[in-house]
Amino acid sequence: MIGRGYLPIILVTLLIAATPLVISSNSFFNFTVLVLIIALAAQGWNLLGGIGGQTSFGHSMFFGIGAYTASMLQTHLGVNAWLSLVAAIAAGALAGLIVGFLSFRAGLRGSYFALVTLAFAELLRVLANASELTGGAAGLLLKLDPGFANMQFSSRPTFMLLALAFVFASLVITQKIVNSRFGAHLVAVRENEDAAKALGVDVLTVKLKAISLSGAMTAAAGVLYVQYFLYIDAGIAFGIWISIEALLAPMVGGRGMVLGPLIGAFTLHGLGEITKSFAGRVPGIDLIVFAIVLIVVIAFASSGILGLLKKLADRFSSKEGA
Amino acid sequence: MLKVENATMRFGGLIAVNNASLDVREGSITGLIGPNGAGKTTLFAIIAGFLKPTEGAISLYGKDITTEQPHRRAISGIARTFQIVQPFAGLNVHENITVGAYLRHAKPSDAVEKAREVARQVGLEKDLEKSAASLTVAGRKRLELARALATEPKILLLDEVLAGLNPSEIRDIIPVIRTIRNSGVTILMIEHVMQAVMNLCEHVYVLAQGKMIAEGTPTVVCNDQAVIEAYLGKGSAERIARQSAENTGGPNA
Repeated sequence: MIGRGYLPIILVTLLIAATPLVISSNSFFNFTVLVLIIALAAQGWNLLGGIGGQTSFGHSMFFGIGAYTASMLQTHLGVNAWLSLVAAIAAGALAGLIVGFLSFRAGLRGSYFALVTLAFAELLRVLANASELTGGAAGLLLKLDPGFANMQFSSRPTFMLLALAFVFASLVITQKIVNSRFGAHLVAVRENEDAAKALGVDVLTVKLKAISLSGAMTAAAGVLYVQYFLYIDAGIAFGIWISIEALLAPMVGGRGMVLGPLIGAFTLHGLGEITKSFAGRVPGIDLIVFAIVLIVVIAFASSGILGLLKKLADRFSSKEGA
Repeated sequence: MLKVENATMRFGGLIAVNNASLDVREGSITGLIGPNGAGKTTLFAIIAGFLKPTEGAISLYGKDITTEQPHRRAISGIARTFQIVQPFAGLNVHENITVGAYLRHAKPSDAVEKAREVARQVGLEKDLEKSAASLTVAGRKRLELARALATEPKILLLDEVLAGLNPSEIRDIIPVIRTIRNSGVTILMIEHVMQAVMNLCEHVYVLAQGKMIAEGTPTVVCNDQAVIEAYLGKGSAERIARQSAENTGGPNA
């Protein structure tokens, strides 16, 4: 017996896991790995911004902290890759706690909170670009040494399955939260803070829990990125690109819905790739597609693809009943 | 059980509540009335912990709670409704009430069940699946009530739950409030609908311009000179008395 909401998660995961049986193209796996990494980062964003309603413009800070923690521990101290992963996730959670404590305790909400997160991300980008520990502007290279112990896999499908395992875990955790008291509190805080307080919800604690879990998830995505590409620099790790990816995917897929980020990431990048294959010579054409998709979603389906599907399903079933 | 002692709330130069005290007896329905802008809602916000009083103390069962956060007070057993209803608009009625029920029930299935039970109590059982945003005014007031009730409070602060309702809706909800009291919840209510105050309250406090000007049973308070003047203006109590004397005097006078 599986609980409410888990069946779609299992089905989607199995579907992606089965792709190596029918597809053998490396570019497909490159694409899927990147999308899964983005989906994981976006799931972190979704927990805080979608379910909790605290919109962040700077989730790259957690992505970067994860990526740099993992690569610094490995290159400077020779720590095992899996241990570095654990440390990186912990660092992401801690960073979330600190940023959350500073901004939520001061009562920052909405666009003020969004701007503060952006400022933190930019600050870290500048620091990472200047510091020697992070390799400065040259960035950090992980030594190529494929093997399970180093969390490096020469086979792309294998790495895809690893990334998929992470995404699956994040989906299960998010669904578990949604079904729980903490999830209800988080939604209550999103909908109306004062009403939540009156019902005994400790708003600050709920937000802090959410942002540290969110930071942990997005940090894990950063680790996956560096384990796959074996290179990181400040522009990638703390760049605005991943902040935007992390918030765009849930927006398009379905903000606050468990499968929203994954669906959104696949839709956006799927469309981007298709356009690129048609109009490969035009640089940035996929970004234009992103923009169009975003405008269409905001104008016609403000609750994202999943929200739209749900609405259609409701309408259909109510027609059936009538 | 609930005591407010000499509470004063200043917003800059404005004194919203001025040295007001009240004492709610356990198991009672106590009313708080007063003209618009008297500071009733401010006093509620102080009791529920949303505002920190400039001076004064609040205690529940003799325990000082003046510095406690709102959510801590909810745990101690104070629940409030909002005058301007604050539903979780994106959620349905059942989910709204469940948030309240989670205060005493950590397990989702227990909380969901408790919410259903409370919905039945306030007459929302048919609307459980409706979106909170789609409810009528009367429905939203019931939802406010249900959500507060789902926290299983010891004292319930009702801030004008009858305002904006039509007479038949008011008639429907009065027995609900009485049943809540009979189930052992003490009630402190702000209300303008005098029919309800006279009907429900055993004890009434009157606040005017931030000051507590009268208290007593509803009948006593309604005939109090200071109360009449607070509502109708200075000298009106005298004028009314004179007019009624003239009227009873009949055509000879």
